Amino acid sequence: MVDSLYVYGRFLTVSVRAQMQYRASFLMQLGGRLIVTAGEFAAILILFDRFGSLLEWNVYQVAFIYGIVNVSFAVADALTTGFDLFGDMVKTGDFDRLLLRPRSTALQLAGQELTLRRISRLTPGIVALIWASTGLDLHWTIPNAALLVASVIGGASLFASLIVFQATLAFWTTETLEMMNTVTYGGVETTQYPINIYRPWFRNFFTFGIPLATVSYFPALAIMGVPDPLGTPIWFQYIAPVIGVGVLVVSLQVWRIGVRHYLSTGS
Amino acid sequence: MLASTKVMTLVSYWAVISARFRSLLQYRSAALAGLVTQIVWGIIRVMIFQAFYSSTTTEQPMSGREVETYIWLGQAFLAALPWNIDTDLRSLIRSGGIGYELVRPVDLHTYWMSRALAWRTAPMLMRSIPLLVFAFMVMGMAPPATVAAGAAFMISMCAAIVLSSAITTFLNVTMLWTIAGDGITQLTFGLVLIFSGMLVPLPLFPDWSQPLINAMPFRGLVDTPYRLYLGHIPASDLPQHLAHQLFWILAFVVAGRIALSRALRRVVVQGG
Amino acid sequence: MPQIIVENLVKHFRVSQRDTGVLGALRGLAHRRYETVKALDGVTFEIGPGELLGYVGPNGAGKSTTVKVMSGILVPDYGRCEILGLVPWKDRSRHVRHLGVVFGQRTQLWWDLPVIESFDLLRDIYRVPRHEYVKNLDEFVAVMDIESCLDTPVRQLSLGQRMRCDLAGALLHSPKLLFLDEPTIGMDAVSKVAFRQFIKRFNRERETTVILTTHDMNDIEAICDRLMIINSGKLLYDGGLDALRQQMSFERSLVVEMTDAGSPQVHPAAQLAMMNGRRVHIRFDPKQISAAALISDFTAHNDVDDLFVEDPPIEEIIARFYEGNDVG
Repeated sequence: MVDSLYVYGRFLTVSVRAQMQYRASFLMQLGGRLIVTAGEFAAILILFDRFGSLLEWNVYQVAFIYGIVNVSFAVADALTTGFDLFGDMVKTGDFDRLLLRPRSTALQLAGQELTLRRISRLTPGIVALIWASTGLDLHWTIPNAALLVASVIGGASLFASLIVFQATLAFWTTETLEMMNTVTYGGVETTQYPINIYRPWFRNFFTFGIPLATVSYFPALAIMGVPDPLGTPIWFQYIAPVIGVGVLVVSLQVWRIGVRHYLSTGS
Repeated sequence: MLASTKVMTLVSYWAVISARFRSLLQYRSAALAGLVTQIVWGIIRVMIFQAFYSSTTTEQPMSGREVETYIWLGQAFLAALPWNIDTDLRSLIRSGGIGYELVRPVDLHTYWMSRALAWRTAPMLMRSIPLLVFAFMVMGMAPPATVAAGAAFMISMCAAIVLSSAITTFLNVTMLWTIAGDGITQLTFGLVLIFSGMLVPLPLFPDWSQPLINAMPFRGLVDTPYRLYLGHIPASDLPQHLAHQLFWILAFVVAGRIALSRALRRVVVQGG
Repeated sequence: MPQIIVENLVKHFRVSQRDTGVLGALRGLAHRRYETVKALDGVTFEIGPGELLGYVGPNGAGKSTTVKVMSGILVPDYGRCEILGLVPWKDRSRHVRHLGVVFGQRTQLWWDLPVIESFDLLRDIYRVPRHEYVKNLDEFVAVMDIESCLDTPVRQLSLGQRMRCDLAGALLHSPKLLFLDEPTIGMDAVSKVAFRQFIKRFNRERETTVILTTHDMNDIEAICDRLMIINSGKLLYDGGLDALRQQMSFERSLVVEMTDAGSPQVHPAAQLAMMNGRRVHIRFDPKQISAAALISDFTAHNDVDDLFVEDPPIEEIIARFYEGNDVG
């Protein structure tokens, strides 16, 4: 386990060093990405400037939820680039190379690339969190801080598991799997806002079906000390992030089934 | 010479558009998935705006109904936005094969621009029609305000696609300049996203920012045609808005041509 | 005790057919046609430790399928495969620890990084003990002359340099088996010769078993003791190169430099094929008359300055082998 983590760390270091070989290109891409993500946050500010509030929510509360979701997604997105590239790796045969090494394929893929520019999403996420926490005058007690970290871990795990699920499908089909992107990116877009603003069927999908709202929205309520308009109990808000980690474990098991299928069909 | 150039351009335009169609059809689920994606995005965005509109009683520069139709138009014509560069050209530039492009008996900028037009039109046609049908039937999207509004929208939308192609071509040319071409593309995409009206309809932006937004080229891609459709801009105002779009098309074409000829001179001098 | 036991391997693939053109693509939306291809059709062989084996066959013959099965990245439909007592695909992680693989077409090194960083990472991936790593690296650097490559990003290396570094990378963990997939493809003549020598050397000194798939018969002639030929999923030949030459009844040539120009007297079992001034080509079938008998007969009846016996190139023999056995 420790050894695996060490190798994982080594993979990531190598990937970052490789990207640093093209520093100018990297910085430009980072800058470009920052504009896009900053634009998305600016959209929220523009809308609050126009409308004043979003149902019972003020701009700081929405910014706080936005921050948690974006930080989670940035972490997941950056760490799972290898899975994004996986479909192509199957087509070119590069995946065989990973199978020829005495390490788990999931570990190697996760370590394949840590795409730094994807972290650009972290910036508006973190800015939003700090800005919201000052605006809301939050008290960073240890349980609150721990819950924030747990919520980010839970969210990142859940996003990562969606990406792993999507990659796993590439073992069975060569079709592009845009449908799954809808869930992932649609999930980011949706859960940036408090989940209670949506219609029930939609809300339920992202609470029970793919519990993206569960791992971000509920803990955020507990940290902000806001009672849930939907009436969930406070204890649930505290344990909700665990669900994300659970789903990740399941997705890695499904991945192993995919690898077995690949070995028997040879792409 | 001029005639043959035109024929060449036309032929290559059709070659590119049919190749695009074929590759789009190749993946049977991708076409459907793209459609579903856009519908889901539309639904999410409509719900968010509905929540905002139900939070206020003050009069807004645009009604909630209008915003909904604006959003569905945006989903239908998303593929027409200059959100990426020609991947074939990029690999050609990366591999150094671009030298062969210079041998073609066509004006390179015109040729690239016609490619960009095809590149934008094919996926847009494929996605917009089923999406509009869905939005009308299921989501209660409003038809054009008047017949004149509909006509003005069509004209302005054509200009929007040409503007998008001019921007795409300009971005393609920047690939010749620097390895940072990807960065410039990202940056432009960010500006397009915010200042075209894709994220938030431009009339909802703060009043103080309106003159600035109006001057920028990006409203010609989304906001201008859509508001003509809604009658939010009266059809009689079409000429001045069309002039704004044409001005920026010209600006990007001229900038693209200058950048291209400079870049080519450099390529020739350095021998590739 | 053989190191590799392969018995009656069978493998089918399902290949989807795609139509061309817009209409074809539209038709493809509705339904897709599949075809079953038999990639391996009862392949059996054994390989002992330290063997250096060439494995040839046309594209799609089943070469790479066999190698994939032996590498543990493909599970056969039927048949047995045991390598060092392990079933490759059942115990992938443990199996590949003893395995080194070099693909001529692809590098396993990190493209944008100096070679030494790739090596260091491979050390961690394979858990190579430090002293072993240092010892191996020192040896490879000295033998293959890659000192100057170590601090260079892979993308800046010449193909010859890159392949040497790739070979070193594949041997860092002292594998017992080495699979080489067209390693010399695209190399210049000098690099090829050097590369073959390295393979031969490591095979001899470390007793690494080497399986070499290639289209370049010079690779095989230069270094392999044993040759396997596969076509249409069936093993057509398994044995030495000389035995193959003998098994195929082919004609050899005796080329003679005569003392004087003029018609020579030739043994009735052989044929005068060509005369070019004082140079004479005589064709003969070794089954009817041995080279030794023909030479002594010829020198007894004619005045000769110089002579040598010519074999057809191995390519020609193998090409004839495919033709003679092509099932499809």
